[in-house]
Amino acid sequence: MIRAPLRPLVKILAARAKGQNPDDIERQNIQARTNAMRETARAQAAGRLLMLGAAFLMCFGTVGMRMGQLASADPAEPTLRSSGARMLTQRADIVDRHGRILATNMETYALYAQTRDLVDPARAAAGLAQIFPDLNADDLLQDFTGKRSFVWVRKKLSASQRQAVHDLGEPGLLFGPREMRVYPNGRLASHVLGGAGFGREAVYAAEIKGLAGIESFYDDTLRDPARADDPLQLSLDLSAQAAIEKVLAGGMRMMQAKGAAGILMNAHSGEIIALASLPDFDPNNRPLPPRSGDPSDSPIFNRAVQGVYELGSTFKIFAAAQAMQMGLFDADDMIDTKGPLRWGRFKIRDFHNYGPKLSLQQVIEKSSNIGTARVAQKIGAEAQQDFLRQLGFFEPVALEMPEARVARPILPKNWSELSTMTISYGHGLSASPLHLAAAYAAIANGGKSVRPTLIKGGSGEGTQIISAKVAQKARAMLRGVVTQGTASMAQVPGYAVAGKTGTADKPARTGGYHEDKVITTFASMFPADNPEYVLVISLDEPVETSGLEARRTAGWTAVPVAAEVISRVAPLLGLRPDLREFAALN
Amino acid sequence: MRLIWLLSPALFVIALAFWAYKENYRTKAAYDAVAQVRADISSTRSELSKLRAEWAYLNRPERLSRLADQQFSHLGLMPMRAQQFATVADLPFPTIPAAAVGASMDVSFDGGQQ
Repeated sequence: MIRAPLRPLVKILAARAKGQNPDDIERQNIQARTNAMRETARAQAAGRLLMLGAAFLMCFGTVGMRMGQLASADPAEPTLRSSGARMLTQRADIVDRHGRILATNMETYALYAQTRDLVDPARAAAGLAQIFPDLNADDLLQDFTGKRSFVWVRKKLSASQRQAVHDLGEPGLLFGPREMRVYPNGRLASHVLGGAGFGREAVYAAEIKGLAGIESFYDDTLRDPARADDPLQLSLDLSAQAAIEKVLAGGMRMMQAKGAAGILMNAHSGEIIALASLPDFDPNNRPLPPRSGDPSDSPIFNRAVQGVYELGSTFKIFAAAQAMQMGLFDADDMIDTKGPLRWGRFKIRDFHNYGPKLSLQQVIEKSSNIGTARVAQKIGAEAQQDFLRQLGFFEPVALEMPEARVARPILPKNWSELSTMTISYGHGLSASPLHLAAAYAAIANGGKSVRPTLIKGGSGEGTQIISAKVAQKARAMLRGVVTQGTASMAQVPGYAVAGKTGTADKPARTGGYHEDKVITTFASMFPADNPEYVLVISLDEPVETSGLEARRTAGWTAVPVAAEVISRVAPLLGLRPDLREFAALN
Repeated sequence: MRLIWLLSPALFVIALAFWAYKENYRTKAAYDAVAQVRADISSTRSELSKLRAEWAYLNRPERLSRLADQQFSHLGLMPMRAQQFATVADLPFPTIPAAAVGASMDVSFDGGQQ
């Protein structure tokens, strides 16, 4: 920068020439320079002040804005969406077809211990052992004084137990709220409902998980919080279910049977009105699966659904219906029943000798193995397989229970002509009573296949398997079984019953068959002229000892039980009795 | 006149402030009331489900049949049978005593549901 001189020579010389003081010029110049410097300094200071002011404004502005925002916003506490303080009734109820409760929830408490807060562990352990007789004081004390700081004591407490624990006054014993599944009807429909238990557990909540049956199958639906208010409505009828279970239990005791199963199903919609299997259990306290022994002896085994047995002569009607459908025989056509029927080394015999010839109707009424085998020979293996597949005997029943989905029928590995003959009278093919009920429903409803369901509303119309006319003829044959044949004890006052008995020897574990252990089945439908319902009753190892010798046939065991079931259940279902049936009996 | 023009907006703002203050507190009170009602709903619901469970428990078929057995001498309840169904023709006609000719008659009309 070129500085302007303070004493420029030109001006000094000019001033001297005029006789002025040249120092004035210097002073003027110094003054001007100072002024200029002050101006720049002031401008700088003003700029800095402005910057500082802006910075302060920004800071205070931010703070002020935030304060304003906080002041104007509504204070909101974080709350649950449903806003119930408790997470109650998360799992939907299960009700029967009339809305009566089969499963619901209750509040309860779980008991746990914070061992570090226990004042007197020994006293607490002794007190708890007194309240809960199944707990051991020594074990509890060991838990309380061991390394663990947190010990679960009980998963469910009743109100009085909770009070008793309160009264111990021990600060280390604490309660966690729980929801528990309750089956108010106890053992009723236990196999259908299955039972529930706790899944993942935390102190303040635990998830309820279906363990078996419908609870397990519909676990996701029942747990869906959005649907917690709409109960799952089953097709079961509570009163019919209770009646069947009671009659079955009585029948089982009278016939000294090991187990019993009963299925009552709507023949048109496939809705299961009652499904019972004895022995049963209390779903409030579901027993554990057996570790050893035969699983079918356990009470949690569902004979009606899981029990895959040879169902014996109840199968004969399928051969007869198919023969009529194919046009091979009619109900009155005579069939050679001279016995024994030999096939290779194998002989087929009848229970009694029924003479050389019987009509197809009589073959069914008298339950002739030979006659049915001859019919099956005519039908042939392929056609028989197709027919039985259509009736559903090749696949597990698609019922809404996990147990049903795995109960696969046992089919012969090699479907020979002999298999065709034996299967026609129910030997060599094992299926569950539920399979049988579904197949009988097809005959009952005029030839349409039926998919059994536990949900109210039914499963809709199936495909036509046999013509309505053949179905009607088959029903007439089944009616004949009751009026003149093996099921004469199924004469129920007021209701015409049609059905077929079946007695099958139980297969021994060692191979072959037991001599004196049978499974008797009665598959029936009522009212016979236009059936609404199908009933299958099956008894495991029954024996009827009122006569001189022990009787084990279905006609003496399963049939009277079924008759009692029908006479109890039909009025409950609102079926109008047929007055002619009273007249026929009197 | 000018004074009124100056004062009226100020008064208006003050009035608005009062109104806003009141609304604010009313809203808060309404929120509290809603929370209270929700809590009530939830507890009533739990109560209801407990009562329903109890009702179902008391009406379980096993207990009812036991009670029916116990009270058999009074009530004589038995399982329903087909014989208990009857047709309309089986019902006896109600016997109405014939009124004497000329006697006065009570004519009543109730509901009229036809």
